[in-house]
Amino acid sequence: MNALNTTAVSGAETLLRALRAQGVDVIFGYPGGAVLPIYDALFQQNAIRHILVRHEQAAVHAAEGYARSTGKTGVVLVTSGPGATNAVTGLLDALMDSIPLVCLTGQVPTHLIGNDAFQEADTTGITRQATKHNYLVKRSEDLSRIVHEAFYVARTGRPGPVLVDLPKDILINPAPYDEPATGPHRSYRPQTEPDPARIAEAIRLIKAARRPILYTGGGIINAGPEASELLREFARLTGAPVTSTLMGLGAFPAANPAFLGMLGMHGTYEANLAMHGCDVMVNLGARFDDRVTGRLNAFSPGSKKIHVDIDPANINKNVVVDVPIIADATLALRALIDAWKSDATRQDRGALADWWARIETWRAKDCLKFTQSFEPGATIKPQHAIQRLWELTRDRETYITTEVGQHQMWAAQHYRFEHPNRWMTSGGLGTMGYGLPAAMGTQLAHPDALVIDIAGEASILMNIQEMGTLAQYRLPVKIFILNNEYMGMVRQWQELLHGSRYSESYSAALPDFVKLAESFHAVGLRANTIDDLDRVIMDMIASDQPVIADIHVDRFENCFPMIPSGAAHNDMILGPEHEQEARDITDEGLVLV
Amino acid sequence: MNAIVEQTLRSATISVLVENESGVLARVIGLFSGRGYNIDSLTVAPVEDDRRKSRITIVTTGTELVIDQIKAQLDRLVPVYRVSDLSREGPHLARELALIKVIGQNQNRAEALRLADAFRARVIDATTESFVFELTGATDKLDAFLDLMRPLGLAEVSRTGVAAIARGVRTI
Repeated sequence: MNALNTTAVSGAETLLRALRAQGVDVIFGYPGGAVLPIYDALFQQNAIRHILVRHEQAAVHAAEGYARSTGKTGVVLVTSGPGATNAVTGLLDALMDSIPLVCLTGQVPTHLIGNDAFQEADTTGITRQATKHNYLVKRSEDLSRIVHEAFYVARTGRPGPVLVDLPKDILINPAPYDEPATGPHRSYRPQTEPDPARIAEAIRLIKAARRPILYTGGGIINAGPEASELLREFARLTGAPVTSTLMGLGAFPAANPAFLGMLGMHGTYEANLAMHGCDVMVNLGARFDDRVTGRLNAFSPGSKKIHVDIDPANINKNVVVDVPIIADATLALRALIDAWKSDATRQDRGALADWWARIETWRAKDCLKFTQSFEPGATIKPQHAIQRLWELTRDRETYITTEVGQHQMWAAQHYRFEHPNRWMTSGGLGTMGYGLPAAMGTQLAHPDALVIDIAGEASILMNIQEMGTLAQYRLPVKIFILNNEYMGMVRQWQELLHGSRYSESYSAALPDFVKLAESFHAVGLRANTIDDLDRVIMDMIASDQPVIADIHVDRFENCFPMIPSGAAHNDMILGPEHEQEARDITDEGLVLV
Repeated sequence: MNAIVEQTLRSATISVLVENESGVLARVIGLFSGRGYNIDSLTVAPVEDDRRKSRITIVTTGTELVIDQIKAQLDRLVPVYRVSDLSREGPHLARELALIKVIGQNQNRAEALRLADAFRARVIDATTESFVFELTGATDKLDAFLDLMRPLGLAEVSRTGVAAIARGVRTI
């Protein structure tokens, strides 16, 4: 070990200096033996704020909420062994949804690595498939370079989580500080500029289209607010309808008449039929996920497909496309708009008008409709609860997070987003327990905004310990529980696919959420019937405290429309409000999730 | 057209130039196992004087789309410099080396030696009951030689896997 001379700076201090140089102002973390030197260094400075969570998984989701609502890179600090393994779910969640994070994990000292030391885990081995990249710092002179590089890799190209594993001796020993490198990385060179020839080819197709559609995803959000502005302009120029994935909601304003709503398994009738019937599809920053495509060999069979994606590995992965464009969404949209304007070809506006007329007949089906009784004592429909939540919060700066399940889909369907970065949900991994910590991170980044976690009574219990974090940091997050006493989406699938055998999907022995809130120094509210709903929502919004609003809703309501597993877009099940034909789920469909 | 257009399988020899850092081989192997791709052969060794870069040669089988996926997935790994599909980008050479132990007596011994000579295998160890042959060549040549040795007392094989390079002036 090097002698600790008085001028030398410890690895922990060098680490914090690198974080400051990367613009970090907040870290979500949980201490432990291996990271004590970092906590000691944090204690002696004020530039970086540390938020103490109650479980490491929540630290990662909080950093995700922070990142997704600001566009910045979220930072997590956890200890070795269980600290790192608890973070794994969050890391994979961020990887699937392309969220830029840097996760710092403690590690046993280098001389003990491989000895099954106390709280040792092969963290880089365990997280290799759950991160975009990871590093084990073995030499003090590499420390600051690796930290800078981790931020660079996390935020560039297709964003994602990057982990840096820090042995305790590296944190204690002196470590030199290097400024961030300028110039390109040795081996990692993501492509962001679109190929002009492909742009021209795309514009030729779109100009000639009779039934175009823009299918937009989380890539628009990740590319930054300018991409959302450009999307609006491109939609206006082309006159094409716009549909969005779950991850892309807010990139295009829900109130715009060109917006068809979300597509996919629980997407709208008009969005899915327009996808099925279009002749030119422009995928902007989405990845043809199985929730979106349904049965692949029946997915939009008659269309030419243009796919803009920053990740070359997404091209032709699920769906073979005609014009792939590898690019950042902002740069691609800018190039598409310029090419559109400089191409003199006239669109067939008549065909476009016919296309819109067809879309309007689908839209007239009003596929999201539901019937809410207003008789005194009537049961609250979950869709109505979300709709009222939207109506009573739409004029504020509101950020919505969700857990995973029916409530998430109802939120996506009935809460209407006008701006990007206002909607935080676990799309790819589908992580129950995401919403509360993500709301924490969002509230921290936007202290004066209204931040609501739309939750289910089952999901919320997966990270309920974070109520303590809300109390400690006075984060006035609102938790809006659609309580149907079931893991609703599991119950719905059991009803539709497994003969209504509700195996283990009943939420037995639930806590009293009002008392639970109070015990965590928060406000607890409950709505049992329609008579209580508006008052509870308004009391919730008016409170400057964290609130749990326990909204008791119809226990057997299902989420429709639904494309059953293995079915095509034009083979949707609509809700009980609509005429139904009987339908069987095939065995092939049954094996799909 | 959607889904898988082309179902025909082909073999691909893919060279990957990577940063020679710990974990890089695990990343490549993990990518193959995690995404369900085949590895028929894999070799790796440092190839530059300063040992900063290694070259991984992978022989895999898949449809055209799957092989394109494999290349794209490899290319986006952070420590990967370059991915080259040798079997697509022009003529290439592929060789592997095998050490082959044959145990036998009398006629079989003589026959094994004659065949080794025909295949240009070198005898690098011999006892009264055994030979160790060293044979270099394309995979199918090694396979053919091993088939012939089997009835003659083939006891053990150690193969390196494929090393490959493009013909002519083309480089990775």
